[in-house]
Amino acid sequence: MSPIKPFTIALAGNPNVGKSTIFNALTRMHQKTGNWAGKTVACAYGTFHYRDSSCLVVDLPGTYSLFPHSEEEEIARNYIASGQADLLLLICDATCPERGLRLLKQIRELSEDRYQPVIICINLCDEAEKKGIELNFDLLSETLRIPVIPCMARSRQGVKLLKEKIYEAQEEIRAAACGKAARESCTKACDLLPGSMSIPDFSPSELASRTVSYHNPTFLKRQIQIDRVVTGPFTGGAIMLLLLMAVFWLTITGANYPSALLWNCLFSLEGKIASVLQGLGTSAWLIQALVFGIYRVVAWIVSVMLPPMAIFFPLFTILEDLGYLPRAAFNMDCAFKKCCACGKQCLTMAMGFGCNAAGVVGCRIIDSPRERLIAILTNSMVPCNGRFPTLILLITLFFMGFQDSSGGILSSLTTALVLTAFILLGIAATLGTSLLLSKTVLKGVPSSFTLELPPYRRPQFGKVLVRSVFDRTLFVLLRAVAVAAPAGLLIWILGNCFIGDKSLLLHLSSFLDPLGALLGMDGMILVGFILGFPANEIVIPIILMGYLQTGHLVEMSDPSVLMTLFASHGWTLKTAVCMAVFCLFHWPCSTTCLTIKKETGSLRWALAAFLLPTFLGCFLCFLIQSFF
Amino acid sequence: MLFPLSKMKVGQTAEIRWLADHKSITKRLFDLGFEPGTRVGCILKKHGDEISAFWVKGAVIALRREDADLVLVEEEGKAKGETDQ
Repeated sequence: MSPIKPFTIALAGNPNVGKSTIFNALTRMHQKTGNWAGKTVACAYGTFHYRDSSCLVVDLPGTYSLFPHSEEEEIARNYIASGQADLLLLICDATCPERGLRLLKQIRELSEDRYQPVIICINLCDEAEKKGIELNFDLLSETLRIPVIPCMARSRQGVKLLKEKIYEAQEEIRAAACGKAARESCTKACDLLPGSMSIPDFSPSELASRTVSYHNPTFLKRQIQIDRVVTGPFTGGAIMLLLLMAVFWLTITGANYPSALLWNCLFSLEGKIASVLQGLGTSAWLIQALVFGIYRVVAWIVSVMLPPMAIFFPLFTILEDLGYLPRAAFNMDCAFKKCCACGKQCLTMAMGFGCNAAGVVGCRIIDSPRERLIAILTNSMVPCNGRFPTLILLITLFFMGFQDSSGGILSSLTTALVLTAFILLGIAATLGTSLLLSKTVLKGVPSSFTLELPPYRRPQFGKVLVRSVFDRTLFVLLRAVAVAAPAGLLIWILGNCFIGDKSLLLHLSSFLDPLGALLGMDGMILVGFILGFPANEIVIPIILMGYLQTGHLVEMSDPSVLMTLFASHGWTLKTAVCMAVFCLFHWPCSTTCLTIKKETGSLRWALAAFLLPTFLGCFLCFLIQSFF
Repeated sequence: MLFPLSKMKVGQTAEIRWLADHKSITKRLFDLGFEPGTRVGCILKKHGDEISAFWVKGAVIALRREDADLVLVEEEGKAKGETDQ
């Protein structure tokens, strides 16, 4: 065994059986988990140590079969077929083990000509027990002649045993490899594979019927009852809307107070930083650039973005863990079908709410290349988290009247309602564009697809909170800050370099003024969107800075000041509507564009994804400008 | 009498008899457990027949009408279907 290549274990199995949860339990890492098929679309790597050995663990995307349908299944298949894994850990769902056995049979056939050790781990045993499903692990292990380990990865039960078995298998494989090498050196062609490791031929359905017994034949009853309501003709849509509104309302109301608190903290620090730098003898222009350029933009982003994200992401993750997303996809499938698109596009669209780049990668779950392209091109039409703060700010200022922004349940409810209306507009645009694309450039009929409706699972609230704050919120925030810091510097330079009597920023905005006027906005707003290409979060700060012509961002002491400022620059309700629409439909951020190029492998499609929403936004704004 | 899966009513159970060979989706349906001899039940329907959800081998799978048309089933005793899983 070469010392360079570590002992590799690949986690294979059907979608949504808890591979990522087991991966996390083994490696103590925090790979994202969720209750829907297709959450993991790329391999994840981690290591774990047990006794004197260390292993590399690979978390493969879930696959129903080794005859791949979609990109992420192909990734899994290719990995299994390549034989890179020293040990395959096949994860099965205790509530429907037969599908796992079916996959095992395919693995057996695929690796018939070589030596591929497999261990089966039956996960979700707690769920099976609740449903009255009993498995005969001994019989299973005896028949297949491989270790079968029951496990409840969520509560980490059985993980120790799993590690022990992996260790044993590792020793055995090592011994076999050494033995083989020794034999080969004696030029004796032989097969020293331990007999216990080769799987005899078996019939999945026959084996399942022998080893699984159902004690509670109506275990699906409750799930079906809930599903009837959740997907019902009227209740289905209503529940979807209500959930959407509830999430927004909680985000908006919950974020108000911490946002103000962070704001005050960060801006009171600003003066101190400046005076400390001054005390160190830093030159004035550098202090200006560092503090009023970089620090202010970063502080703005942190205080405006962090609280809503820290609320939105956990709420969304709870819905995800519960298993609601596939039901939403089920509800919306008919609409997507009419647009000749895949029903799973609903899932990728939902991912787009968090981050469009993540949504684009998630499109791997869509089988047909045509439908996948449609989903990728239209993904940025739902607002990502970077655009929510802009939308929320515009809505609170202009739709509610700033006087009410002091609070009150009614006003926050209205804000949530208007925001939901904008989201629905985004969804409508997604559907419309999908239809347009499938009737023109990407012609075709809807292809077949299967959608699994997983059992409802109680979300692990504590874990959801911690993980979504640390993994998603902080990740997105750090990215935004990393982009915003140089952007802050650039804005400061633009605002402080003068040609003639005007700063560069002003030159730029007056150049764009005619175009802005045509779209119901002004040049400065367009400058904001253009400079906001790296991160949509900084659009409003740039606009503010331009208006104040102070060369650096100003503090926003209270909303009424902001409102007066906007009004003095000729903003009306129409400006706000146009800006909100343009915020929904304009070019995707740089990260998303790069991701699209990577996923489609073509610059042309990335360009199309750039132009498509931009044209739509310009068109809608132009309509609003000319007719109202 | 054989009829396609898409024609099943909510609450009805039946046994799969035959899968029409069509593209690669048949293979996928087979891998999901839709194989001859298996009992399936229709549990949800939306927009008429457009999309339906079926339980098969302990899991719930939603299929569009076009795909559900590929699976032919035969109805079994109703009394049995109500209580059995």
